[in-house]
Amino acid sequence: MIPEVGHFALIIALCIALIQVTVPLWGAWRGNLAAMSLAPRLALGQLLFVGFSFACLALSFLQDDFSVQVVANNSNSLLPPIYKFSALWGNHEGSLLLWVLILSLWSSAVALCSRQLPLPVLARVLAVMGGVAVGFLSFSLFTSNPFARLLPGTPADGSDLNPLLQDPGLIIHPPLLYMGYVGFSVAFAFAIAALLGGRLDASWARWSRPWTNVAWAFLSLGIMLGSWWAYYELGWGGWWFWDPVENASFMPWLAGTALVHSLAVTEKRGLFKSWTVLLAIFAFSLSLLGTFLVRSGVLTSVHAFATDPERGLFILIFLAIVVGGSLVLYALRAPAVSSRVSFQWVSRESLLLVNNVVFLVATLTVLFGTLFPLIVDALGLGKVSVGPPYFNAVFVPLMALLAPFMGLGPVSRWKQDSTARWRTQLWGAALAAVICGVTLPLLQAPYNIWVALAVLLAAWLAVGLGRDLWLRVRSGNTLAAGLRRLTPSYLGMLLAHLGFAACILGVVVTSQYTVEHDLKMRPGDMRAVAGYEFHFDELAPVRGPNFVADEARFTVTRDGREVARLAPQKRRYLASGQVMTEAAIDPGLFRDLFVAMGEPVGAEGAWAIRLHYKPMVRWMWLGAILMALGAFTTLFDRRYRRQRRALPAAPEVLARGV
Amino acid sequence: MASRLKLFLPLFLFALLALFLFRGLSLDPKEMPSALIDRPLPAFSLPRLDGEGEVTQSDVVGQVSLLNVWATWCVSCRVEHPYLQQLADAGVPIIGLNYKDEDAAALDWLGELGDPYRVNIADRQGSLGLDLGVYGAPETYLLDAQGVIRYRHVGVVDERVWQGVLQPLYRELLAAGGAP
Repeated sequence: MIPEVGHFALIIALCIALIQVTVPLWGAWRGNLAAMSLAPRLALGQLLFVGFSFACLALSFLQDDFSVQVVANNSNSLLPPIYKFSALWGNHEGSLLLWVLILSLWSSAVALCSRQLPLPVLARVLAVMGGVAVGFLSFSLFTSNPFARLLPGTPADGSDLNPLLQDPGLIIHPPLLYMGYVGFSVAFAFAIAALLGGRLDASWARWSRPWTNVAWAFLSLGIMLGSWWAYYELGWGGWWFWDPVENASFMPWLAGTALVHSLAVTEKRGLFKSWTVLLAIFAFSLSLLGTFLVRSGVLTSVHAFATDPERGLFILIFLAIVVGGSLVLYALRAPAVSSRVSFQWVSRESLLLVNNVVFLVATLTVLFGTLFPLIVDALGLGKVSVGPPYFNAVFVPLMALLAPFMGLGPVSRWKQDSTARWRTQLWGAALAAVICGVTLPLLQAPYNIWVALAVLLAAWLAVGLGRDLWLRVRSGNTLAAGLRRLTPSYLGMLLAHLGFAACILGVVVTSQYTVEHDLKMRPGDMRAVAGYEFHFDELAPVRGPNFVADEARFTVTRDGREVARLAPQKRRYLASGQVMTEAAIDPGLFRDLFVAMGEPVGAEGAWAIRLHYKPMVRWMWLGAILMALGAFTTLFDRRYRRQRRALPAAPEVLARGV
Repeated sequence: MASRLKLFLPLFLFALLALFLFRGLSLDPKEMPSALIDRPLPAFSLPRLDGEGEVTQSDVVGQVSLLNVWATWCVSCRVEHPYLQQLADAGVPIIGLNYKDEDAAALDWLGELGDPYRVNIADRQGSLGLDLGVYGAPETYLLDAQGVIRYRHVGVVDERVWQGVLQPLYRELLAAGGAP
């Protein structure tokens, strides 16, 4: 009964979405107040019904209702309850419902937080989001009904959740990622609403900026969690694979990064308007493209969902309508003449333009690499795969190119600056960066030129930002007064840029200094890796709630003192018989120690054991967290709170930094 | 006017991309050219499940047959089992590959549910499975009389799969000259 009620609620949600896309749009066109003011209520109603439907499916999972197909295929009575719940989005149908739920959450947030937006704008924005909801709700209902029953033929027990997904990281990874993906629909809706209304100005950019920042923050966290999960769960210490599904989440992030910066220019200076609108469309289109790539089976990937060409066709048609439609609208309505506002080449605008170009090129190279196998196959030229060598070769230089300009950006002035001022401002930072770059890698022999370069770039960013922060704080009479002068926007930028510096360091240091040993070890053996002694104490059988495992118990010592006890496992899950490697990690700010079990070797209890020493691997995830924190911080800026009170932003606020 | 036309460029690029994506839908990236189709069964020497000596690849070739990968931990294999029994009763030779399983459990299973297999290979470590590139149980390979793999089916063999896919190929191979 519960699944049928949930199914019915989903149908009602679709009906509401259909009204949401038509009536407010008509109202905005004809100036009908009643029709326009219906939009927020419809958005909330949609959330109510989608949320109810989601709760019904969750209940079916928690109650082990194996007559429901997705429950039977993805859950098991032995599964711990928290995984029964997260199994909901461990499959195509359920994750699509999560997608729709998050979309309705975003719509409702827009409806609630933007009561003071001009009503026609709000009506158009919510109508566009309603249109996206119509697409995804019908996708769910017509091709991937999560409530489909297995009647008759209900199995006695479910075939269990994929053991790879039975992990705390995977409980929150998809929701965060979808918050990011779907969050770009808000920026997209604002852009389309602006094109429809014909008002593409600074206030449009100011309205969509906080939403874009939040979506970008969630996406950063989601990608970070995915990478972290791959690191400890896949059992061989990798953290980024340039897999099509990873790229599918990374491309919207790259485009979103460009959008976040481009919106700043549009808000502050009224420049790049058409460009910013195009980026907003582009970022959300890449989210949709990601959905298509993951669910249609056109590319092979380690974590694609069970795929079906019919579903692929549905999303492709939807993609064509949404992206094609908005690009037609863009071509017809975007201002063709360039802005009257001008800027000099030596200015903050130019530096942000560099950011945009670099991130756009990065997005396109990742897009090209991801789709290349498909294009070659479609042209009948054979089967190829594009691996990490291509992506690293094009992506790493782009990011390295970005860093020098990033150091200049925050200290430069809008409209016109001078290279002489930059020199006086930054010679100290440059000197400090060179000293750091030359000396710090000496701590670890042999001297590594790539690490030196990474330290140079990271120090350039960090010292430049630190100096700027110090100058701003000092300009107040007291320390407290100085700190109060810092706007949340500025602090957010500071955190995000420091996060980027941390990422550069983490990625390069880990890639260069990691020590990996694949060894044959039997209980009683000891091996030394990077100054740590790994003692294999014993091998023991262990029983978990839904698996049996061999556990290798290790004690790690350094200079005779115990550092950590590690117990990696080789698990066999009972329901599916799948074998899983559970790595054991001793985390640290400056180094991770990583042990994973391979296969048993020979008859005497020996195992292939993988021992890793990974320095500073956490820095890239900490960096991503800093970036996300930075983006969240910008929300507290006064000008966004004013916006809710519908007062025009005061000029002195606008005059301050990004 | 020219600047207006420029704004159509993104649309044009997207249309091109959509065309490729559409073409991609009808291609199967998992269809690996390197699979063992039309290649002989890999060489192996493994114990028989019933404990009566060893089996090698030469013991199982000589006639058109099915090689079925199964295990007691595999729920779908239990679903598939009655249909395999039907096929065996109808005279289709089926060789079992007991994949990463415990012998005792596997023998109990055959005792309880019936034994459709001519012979069962006990692949306890999954080494033959690795050579074959088994994704998971159940999988069924169609071998011709020379022991060359002609088709691979991933998943449960049922009435639909047999009638629609395997039987036509099986008949064709028989006609080509392999005694049943």
